[in-house]
Amino acid sequence: MTDSTMTTRQKVEASMRRRRAAETRFRLYGMASVLFGLLCLVVLFGDIFSKGTSAFSQTVLTTTIEIDGDYLDITPDSSESDIMSANYDGLIKRHFKNDVQPKGRSEARSLFSLISSGAGWQIQSQVLEDPSIIGKTVTVDLLVDDDVDQWFKHEYGNDSGSVRLSEKQLEWITGWIESDALKTQFNTTFFVNGDSREPELAGIRGAITGTLLTLLVTFLLSFPIGVAAAIYLEEFAPKNRLTEIVEININNLAAVPSITFGLLGLAIFINIFGVSRSTPLVGGLVLTLMTLPTIIISGRAAIKAVPPSIREAALGLGASKMQTVFHHVLPLAMPGMLTGTIIGMAQALGETAPLLMIGMIAFVVDVPGFINDPSTVLPVQIFLWSDSPERAFTERTSGAIMVLLGFLIIMNTAAVMLRRRLERRW
Amino acid sequence: MNYSTLLIALLIALGAAYFLGRNRARSLAGQGESMHSLPTHYGALTALWTTLPPLLILIMWVMLEPRIVDALLTMQLPEAIRTASEAEVRLALSKVHNIASDPSMMGQSELGSVAAHLVDLEQRAAILKGGVILSLILLGVAVTWRRIQPDLRARGEVERIVRVMLFASSAIAVLTTLGILVSVLFEAVLFFQKVSPIEFLFGTTWSPQVALRADQSGSSGSFGAVPLFAGTLLISAIAMFIAVPVGLMAAIYLSEYATSRVRQLAKPALEVLAGIPTVVYGFFAALTVAPFIRGVGESVGLDVSSESALAAGLVMGIMIIPFVSSLSDDVINAVPQSLRDGSYGLGATRSETVRQVVIPAALPGIVGAVMLAVSRAIGETMIVAMAAGLAANLTANPLDSVTTVTVQIVTLLVGDQEFDSPKTLAAFALGLVLFIVTLVLNFVAIKIVQKYREQYD
Repeated sequence: MTDSTMTTRQKVEASMRRRRAAETRFRLYGMASVLFGLLCLVVLFGDIFSKGTSAFSQTVLTTTIEIDGDYLDITPDSSESDIMSANYDGLIKRHFKNDVQPKGRSEARSLFSLISSGAGWQIQSQVLEDPSIIGKTVTVDLLVDDDVDQWFKHEYGNDSGSVRLSEKQLEWITGWIESDALKTQFNTTFFVNGDSREPELAGIRGAITGTLLTLLVTFLLSFPIGVAAAIYLEEFAPKNRLTEIVEININNLAAVPSITFGLLGLAIFINIFGVSRSTPLVGGLVLTLMTLPTIIISGRAAIKAVPPSIREAALGLGASKMQTVFHHVLPLAMPGMLTGTIIGMAQALGETAPLLMIGMIAFVVDVPGFINDPSTVLPVQIFLWSDSPERAFTERTSGAIMVLLGFLIIMNTAAVMLRRRLERRW
Repeated sequence: MNYSTLLIALLIALGAAYFLGRNRARSLAGQGESMHSLPTHYGALTALWTTLPPLLILIMWVMLEPRIVDALLTMQLPEAIRTASEAEVRLALSKVHNIASDPSMMGQSELGSVAAHLVDLEQRAAILKGGVILSLILLGVAVTWRRIQPDLRARGEVERIVRVMLFASSAIAVLTTLGILVSVLFEAVLFFQKVSPIEFLFGTTWSPQVALRADQSGSSGSFGAVPLFAGTLLISAIAMFIAVPVGLMAAIYLSEYATSRVRQLAKPALEVLAGIPTVVYGFFAALTVAPFIRGVGESVGLDVSSESALAAGLVMGIMIIPFVSSLSDDVINAVPQSLRDGSYGLGATRSETVRQVVIPAALPGIVGAVMLAVSRAIGETMIVAMAAGLAANLTANPLDSVTTVTVQIVTLLVGDQEFDSPKTLAAFALGLVLFIVTLVLNFVAIKIVQKYREQYD
């Protein structure tokens, strides 16, 4: 059948088949795109969670150890500084030497390497808390080294050997497992410690405190300034060329790469004003400049949503322009402004790049106490840990990401709820 | 007195002044005077005049004190250091500051006497600062107290001051842009005095390692930024290759096909992708996607670098999907329904309507959205810093390792740095290029989007 012999109806039907097929294909492409996006989301979360959940448990070795006052050269009445400086590492080494009986120095060394180098501090803090245990025999849960921890959590029972542990070491560990001495427990260290070079001692408390202090500075500066700027631009600014420039400027600033704010912070705050590096103060200043556009833009939208009748009523009753704005418009626009602020703060919470420029990447062990102590923040901590080769750090990085995502989910949910509850339809 | 004490003092002064002013106005009114404004206006006026001048002085003090102190200290430094290079003077000054903060070191160094002078200076400055601030507070209260009379137009004055404060707040946004421009420009000009702009923009070798000593050979550093620009473009291109089709099709599907229920669920879910911190994407790219691509490449016999541009670009594309989709969603929704109805009335199918009517009508907006997405991809830092390499290869092979402008800025500026070496300054020159390119992209994109929106409103 050639074209010339086809009736019009046949031609239309043939082309309809083609067009319907094209329609279905197009629809499928669209569906596939949405599904691809959702799939990425699922894979991303699944990947982080599968890597990170084990960060919340930690392997410990339960052992009974005598706090030998003679060996440590302390008594329950010793001064705190004497108790602090006693040789607990030696005590632990002696204990395991007697317990396991390793042959020769190198075997002893490989035995000691199974126990975390923080085990001495664990005993020390117990003794400091209750000096009366000196001379007594106590049961303690000692942290094990990250190699043992990883092996016990992930490979034990697979019958495969270990790359990081020798035959002899595995033999000792198996002995401990058989006597039920090795177990996993909730990883409190992860939440109460600052950063450390040893994965089993590393925690996120320093980073979380740093994040909170930085966000505090950011909030205290960006909220009032952002609200004031939004009020000025929406209610007071004369409609002229200058205002237009300011407006374009704010829109542009919202889309400038965050790293340039870091350059600004480094060149202006640190090098010209002499603010000290690595502190929540300078971090907060930089993040303030970064979040201001977000807050101003959402604040202006909130003010615009307040109907003019409210203003007219207030003005009609004799209120001044300023009174109208502060007594009537601002309270009504506040929920929208707060929502925008929370979203801005959530952005600031996840921001990393500008903070690297201003030295918040330093290795800080201590938990910062105030806004001028050196500190790091959670995203930077994640960046730092993700660089470490140890597998235990990969796990902790994912754990820290889970905590960070948790904070973000809380903040965004709060923003959504606030909007739902306080939103008013005019 | 340190700054936190002074700030607390200012806060107390603020409250006290407010009550003083208000009560003064009330008592005047109680005596039968007819006041011009409400008592609270007099309170606010007193509070403003009491705290604003000291606060401004305090801010200026914070900025100026370190410079004045350093200038005074420099004069105290031994002749040999003072006449040496600027870097040595700075080194000596930071030593002096270290010694001053740890008194036990005072006697151990030749700079001990300078440090003692610094401690002395700091004490005097603290007393002076406290004195100036406190007297300004008292002066403010006293003067305003005397000014509070029935005919003082307090409300107008307060509102004028508040208006100036509101204006100052909105000026901060402009100052930020200027600050970025000036800081980046200033350092970049210093850089271009050492390295010619032609070499920087058109040179093809990037190895910013500079010799520590002048007599070392062979490592004067070369600053040809073309490999960085090429790497940035390669990764951004890969990202856009993923993000534009997927984002656009997702937006079309959600606005033209999906039921409102699907739309309500899928749209926020996609937007979650935009809210995930970039450092998380970087971790995902470096530890999951890159090894996966490498594994796949090896199984088909390709040599894939462990820090391939493909991995970074792919993940960056995923990050940008919601950005493209929500912006295009806005412009697609702005196309009036009458255009669609006209097309359906002529017998077009839905996909034909979308392709031949909706997309052409929304095209300027979509172009704007894509431009904003490109500027986002160019400026993205963490994903590339974690997943792309440091090696400045000039290549178009996505399986190779490339580096980007942002990665180099981070690498050059993180860690210890001396502020006048070409290495550090190069970061600012790169920052300048980045800032200008993204600014132009954003500016044009925002203009296009705005212009387009006006057409159908």
